[in-house]
Order: sequence, then C-alpha cells, then structure tokens
Amino acid sequence: MPVYRAPLDDFRFLVEEFLDLDQAADLPSLTDCSADDIRAILREGARLAETVLQPLNAVGDEQGVRLDDDGRATLPEGFAEAYQTYCEAGWNGLTADVDYGGQGLPVFLGLCLSEMLNAANASFAAYPGLTHGAVEVIERHGSDEQKQRYLPPMIAGRWTGTMNLTEPQCGTDLGLIRTRAEPATDGSYRISGTKIWISAGEHDLADNIVHLVLARTPDAPAGTRGISLFIVPKFLPKDDGNAGERNRVRCAGVDRKMGMKASATCEMQYDNAVGFLVGEENRGLAQMFTMMNAARLVTGIQGLGLASVAAQNAASFARERLQGRSLAGPKYPDRPADPIIVHPDVRYMLLKSRALVEGARALGLYTGLQLEIEHRHPDPERRRQAGHFVALMTPIIKAFFTDMGSEVANLGLQVHGGAGYIHDTGVEQFVRDVRITQIYEGTNGVQALDLVGRKLVADNGDLLKSFFSAVQSFIDSVRGEEGMAEFVDPLEQSVKRLASTSALVYQQMSRDPLEAGAASSDFLRLFALTALAWMWARMAAISQRALDAGSDHQTLHQDKLAVARFYFARMLPETLGLEAKVAAGAQTLMALEDDRV
Amino acid sequence: MKILVPIKRVVDYNVRVRVKSDGSGVETEGVKMSINPFDEIALEEALRIRERGEAEEVIVASIGGTDVQQQLRTGLAMGADRAIHVETETAPQPLTVARILLKLIERESPGIVFLGKQAIDDDCNQTAQMLAALWDRPQATFASRVELADGKATVAREVDAGLETIEIELPAVMSSDLRLNEPRFVKLPDIMKAKRKPLDVIAIADLGVEQGAGFEMLAFEPPPKRGGGKVVGSVAELVDELKNRGLL
Ligand SMILES: Cc1cc2nc3c(=O)[nH]c(=O)nc-3n(C[C@H](O)[C@H](O)[C@H](O)COP(=O)(O)OP(=O)(O)OC[C@H]3O[C@@H](n4cnc5c(N)ncnc54)[C@H](O)[C@@H]3O)c2cc1C
Repeated sequence: MPVYRAPLDDFRFLVEEFLDLDQAADLPSLTDCSADDIRAILREGARLAETVLQPLNAVGDEQGVRLDDDGRATLPEGFAEAYQTYCEAGWNGLTADVDYGGQGLPVFLGLCLSEMLNAANASFAAYPGLTHGAVEVIERHGSDEQKQRYLPPMIAGRWTGTMNLTEPQCGTDLGLIRTRAEPATDGSYRISGTKIWISAGEHDLADNIVHLVLARTPDAPAGTRGISLFIVPKFLPKDDGNAGERNRVRCAGVDRKMGMKASATCEMQYDNAVGFLVGEENRGLAQMFTMMNAARLVTGIQGLGLASVAAQNAASFARERLQGRSLAGPKYPDRPADPIIVHPDVRYMLLKSRALVEGARALGLYTGLQLEIEHRHPDPERRRQAGHFVALMTPIIKAFFTDMGSEVANLGLQVHGGAGYIHDTGVEQFVRDVRITQIYEGTNGVQALDLVGRKLVADNGDLLKSFFSAVQSFIDSVRGEEGMAEFVDPLEQSVKRLASTSALVYQQMSRDPLEAGAASSDFLRLFALTALAWMWARMAAISQRALDAGSDHQTLHQDKLAVARFYFARMLPETLGLEAKVAAGAQTLMALEDDRV
Repeated sequence: MKILVPIKRVVDYNVRVRVKSDGSGVETEGVKMSINPFDEIALEEALRIRERGEAEEVIVASIGGTDVQQQLRTGLAMGADRAIHVETETAPQPLTVARILLKLIERESPGIVFLGKQAIDDDCNQTAQMLAALWDRPQATFASRVELADGKATVAREVDAGLETIEIELPAVMSSDLRLNEPRFVKLPDIMKAKRKPLDVIAIADLGVEQGAGFEMLAFEPPPKRGGGKVVGSVAELVDELKNRGLL
C-alpha cells in the first residue's frame, strides 16, 4: 500500500531559502509569522495528512459515496471524523481573514497545506477546497450582511461550499446556462433548474451546504452577459446564525466515476429554491471568476500533490524491487539481482518525476507569494505587478501542473511494472484520481486558450513583461557567478525562444484567429518548461551559494544541483520541439473536412 | 501541583533511520524530528490531569541544542504552560539527564515528573528509574492508567504478565507506556499562541551538574541483513537446528 511522507525538507528550503521573504516583509500576514512558526505549522499539517487522511485514501476509493432515497449522501467510513479533526484543529481557516475567524496566514502556506492534503487524500481535500473558493467569492463580492452570515461558519468548516456552473447542455460555454432566477417580493429570488457534476453538492460532513449558483433572471440578456450569481443554502440560515428550514434544493444523483470516488459528484435540482443575489444582476460570471482563479491554482496544486505522492512511492519501490543486473555489471552482488533503480531508464522516469514535482512546487510557492502580495501588500504598485504575474501564471499552473500530475502518476505506475496495474498495490488510484484535474475548473485546452487569447495580449503585454522582467533580473543577479554559466546560458536562450515564439503567435493570430487555438497547448507547455528552467536555475544558484558557505543541508543542496543539471540536459530541450510545432501553424490542423478528421 | 514533563527530540518514528557512511552516528540532516512518542503520551496525560483540575501547571523541559526549542514549542502548542530549555551541545546520557532533571525538581518542586518510558532513538529505558533513585521518591513506570486522589496515585502498569496496579505517594516519578492515551492534535491557533508562552533557557553549566561520560560511543552500524528462513519438518528437527546454532 502506498505511504505518504510530506516533503517538509523541501518546504523548508523553499520557504526559508528560496522565496526571499525579506522582500515581502511588509506583508501583514508575515509580521507575526516567523520561519520557525511556519515549520511548526507545516509539521503539524504533515502529521494530519500522513496519519489521519492518507490511511483513508484507499478506503474512500473502495467505498465511494452512497446516496439514500431521501437524497442524503454518506461519505466513506472515517471521513466525517477526519473532517472534524481537521476543522477542530483550525486548518480550514489557515489563510482566511481574521475578522471572520481565520488565522490570516499567508496564501503560500495554504498551498503547502493543500499539496499535503491532496497528496494524502485528494477526494477529502475537495471538500475544503470548494469551501475556500466559495468563501473567497463571498468575501470579495458579498454584502456585509452576507459576509457576517456565511463566512464564520464556512471558515470554521461547520458549513461547506460548492460552485454550480455546469448544466447538461453547458460546460465550457457558460453562455448556454438555463437555470432561472425569479425575483420574489422580499428581495430574494426563486431558483429553478438542474446543475450536474457538482462537487461536494451533498455529503454528511457539515451542518449546512452553501451553494453558489449561476442562473438567469427573467429579462437577462442572452449569453454570458446575462448570468447572475446566487447563494442558495441547503438550510436557510436563521437569525441566530444557525441552519434553519430546509431549502428546495435536492441531490438527485451521485455519479459513478473513474477516480476521486469519495468526492461526491452530484446532480442538483433546484425547484423554486430560495436564493440570494450576490452583488448586482448580470455580473455573475465575472464574480465567479474570482473563485475560478483561486480554484485554478488549487487545482494545479492537486496535480502537484498527486504527482508528489506517486513519485515518492515509485522511488521507494525502485529501491526494493530486484530485477536484472546493471548494464555495467552487478552493483549489489550479494543479492539475487540488482534493485531496478540501477537501470538508466528507471532513473530517467524517477528523475523526470522529481524534476517536475520540485520545479512545480517552487513555481507554485513563488506564485503563491505573489498572490499574497497581490491581495495584502500595502503598496498598490506592488499589488498591481504581482497581480499581473499571478494572472499570467494561473492558466499555466492549472494546465501544466495537472498534465504533469497525470504524467508523473503514469510514470510512477510504469516504474511499478505489472504491480502498478494491480489495484491492491494502490498506485493506479493516483492515475485515476488525478485525471479529472485536467478537465474541471476549465479544461486544459481552455486554459491554453486563456493564455494565448487573453493573457498574452492583456494590458498591452504587461502581463508577459511581468514574467520576462522577473527572469531577467534573476539572470542579471547571477551572471558571472562561479558555476552558474551552465544554467544561466541555456536559461537565457530558452527565454529568448519563448519571447520570439510569443511574438510569432501574436502575429499569426492577428492574421488568423484559428492560429491562436492551433498554437495554444504547445505554447503553454513551452511557457511552463521555460518557467521551470528559471525555477531550477534559481534553486541551483541558491544551492551553490549554500554549499560554498558550508550549509548544514549538504545533501539537499547537492541534490538540487544534480536535479537542476538533469532538468537542463534532459527536459528543457523539449522546448526546441515545441517552438517548431508552434511555428508550423494551423494549416495542417484545418486541412481535413470536419467529417474526415 | 506542578507536573514536569521532560521531552526528547528524536528522529521521527516514520523515518527510516540511516547510519552515516563514516559510522559516526545516524543521519539527521534533512530528517524529520519529533517529540519522542512516549514523551508525547506523558505530556498528554499531564495535560489531562491539569484539565481535570488535579494539577495547576504543566512544564515541559528538554535538554540539547537550540533545535530542541522546536519540540518545546510543540509541547506548548499542545497545551503546556511553560518550557525550560537546558542548553548543551553534547547529547547527555541517561544518568546525566536524571541529574539535570533533579536540579529542575529542586527549582520547581513538581508533584509528578512524567517521562516517557524510553526514547525511540536509544531505547535506554533508564532515566525515570534513575531519577526516582536520585530523588529518593516512589516510581510508577510503564503506566497505562493513572488516577490521583488524596496525594496518592493509583497506577496500572504494563508488565510482562499483564497489568499490575500499584499505589504510590506523591511526589513521584512516572513513565508512560504506549496505551496510556492517544495524544491530541495540535490546534493551529495554539501554535501561534505558544509563541507567547514563557520558554526559559538555562545553560547546563549553571546547573552545576557533573557531566562525565558513563560510556563512549565507538561506532554505529546498520543491523545485519536477515538471512533466509528455513522450514523444518518436525519439532525434533527444530530442536536439533537450534542446538546446532548454539541457541539451546
Ligand atoms: C468529477 C467532476 C467534478 C466536477 N465538479 C464541478 C463543480 O463542482 N461545479 C461545476 O460547475 N462543474 C463541475 N464539473 C464540470 C466541469 O467543470 C466540466 O466538465 C468542464 O468544465 C468541461 O465542460 P464539459 O464537460 O461540458 O466539456 P465541453 O465543454 O463539452 O468540452 C469538451 C472538449 O472540448 C473542448 N472545448 C470546448 N470548448 C472549447 C473551445 N471553445 N475551444 C477549444 N476547445 C474547446 C474542451 O477542452 C474539451 O476537451 C465537474 C466535472 C466532473 C467530471
């Protein structure tokens, strides 16, 4: 059975050596939070993930969610107790606003926690994950009264949240939404319609479920401009703040699916349910996108968490499984065969996994710090710049991290050989669980379109500049440093390649809009691999300096340098192929008739 | 009444311990360190006694380099009222630990000193017993249930034959066994609050404890690999086999 050990040492490295928190010292969330506190928090979070959540992961996969005839869903054994432990210890409010009972700690810490929860038990992590998204929407767009009413119980975890966008006829294209919202005389609305595939739509973890629902008012304009956002609680809150009368929303079915079996995927029926408008009418989609942006980062982190646990288990297996001899002659002659970790191809799979996981973790935390600056920094200019960077990175993190999650989970299975394919070994669950992350929160194809169609051109290219100038200032800061040329030179070349490819895509798509869609996926991957090269070069520089200064963490820093070299030698060259593919344009994709593709 | 709970920083029980390549010790770089699990159980028991109103204060103490403050902070986050860090760079052996604790007892006059029965790194299982002798007070080791009344403690102890229940007069030394309780999870807000609880640092020299090494570590090596098993056909063959190997 798989085990999970949280990467506390890597978190320590990233938080204390890599992130450069001194630069962010003006952040209110950091004034009362030292490196020691962060270590202590992550240690305790790791303990919860490793000892409470991970042991339930296989149970959840086995038992799934049961729905009874009254539309009540029961989660697998142990989930409700684990959720209670999680909430009582205060984890649900880690980064939430202190005014509503949160701890107000920095977002990047929330990402570390989220990685651990997802690695340990991705289905479990879905419930708090959705609540956080809903909290964010209400915090940002709700009225004061709505904030007072909903945020404290949601931050404490007594109530959970959902997001209701999808309907049978509309997934990506939300302009097709049909759910109706009729104004009532008391200022509330009556919501009617069917939503499908609603995660956490029904369960037995909490006293109440706060559904955020997209719907149309009677005279709303057609398409995406006519969508409004409503709070539709399962139980209508009473004036004392407790859950009261049952609302007319019910779970009509729980879907059977490939993975994430303990995360309830529900069909929700609204039959004149009482709903409360959030913000103004017809602003729903833009408001929901607040949630979508944070949720997209967290979806990326789901991919990362599952990649991380898959990679760990593959590496342990490869050290134990004896099969064949090293091509260079027996390396462990006292054993009947060498462990498979001696074989270059097995090492290739493990190193790819490690380079992707640690590179992505660095990029995720770096972006998490920018997100913290965007939300909480006192200086508006710093907030604006950080906001640009986050906006640019959001589709990249969502799509690349989840593609990587799938890739690494599959590599991990491959390292296990036949055992990997056998259910009881437990690693095929990672492959199944991670697969959805490439689809929900906007498919990865749609993320790539967002990058090319919106982010590339937004604000006169300012978003793009926020990336290039950050990489350039890193390059300038280490140029000429002993031992850095092997990283800086290829980084500089690949950044040039990315810049020229961006310009090319821009030109091509101003000539023909189909070019944007044709280039998008390859362009996103090119961007991501370049961003990871920056992360690895930065980690290499830090590690080299630390080793020169006689750091206490020799092994970690030596490993970082070795994996950075691997990344530059065996992974970054993929960008050459991607550049060529992007340059080839749309023509060959569009040549065949629709009925012959 | 005060309860003093000495805690030790050890390699986490989940970590697969590796011996350093030069045999000078075990690898601790980048390795997760935790409160010794038995000490954590002792602390949990002390907190429960205080929560029942049978003690006023729980003090955690640890001996070692500045790193042990991490474990002391965890102890404070679990609910201890204050912490004492006895600072020394050399890892003290059980007798020295007992002598140091005796000095802390003289300062604090606790009603109970609650230790773990052993540390999972060296598995000595000596400190509690030595401390009771030095202090000249009763001991109840391997505790699996503790009840207090009228200045006495009734303690169920896990012994080879099962459970043995004894009554001792306080002040006394106790040591926890595995089944005494299940330690609580630390609450996030308590981690932040723990920062504001007092943590006193005392240099070991200021305690005037005699520190001489009782024994010297010569080398560390991993346990030998287990040889293959053998299936025997009969009891007689088993006995022969054991005799041949000098085991009977
Ligand atoms: C387990 C699970 C949980 C879910 N949880 C929720 C939830 O909590 N709340 C919620 O509202 N929804 C949820 N969903 C729905 C999910 O968000 C949608 O499935 C997703 O957005 C894709 O929509 P779709 O399935 O209709 O696919 P479609 O939109 O039909 O897309 C099909 C394919 O076409 C591509 N495509 C579509 N449009 C374009 C375009 N314009 N350009 C290029 N390519 C395009 C897509 O990339 C995809 O490959 C969940 C789904 C699942 C399976």
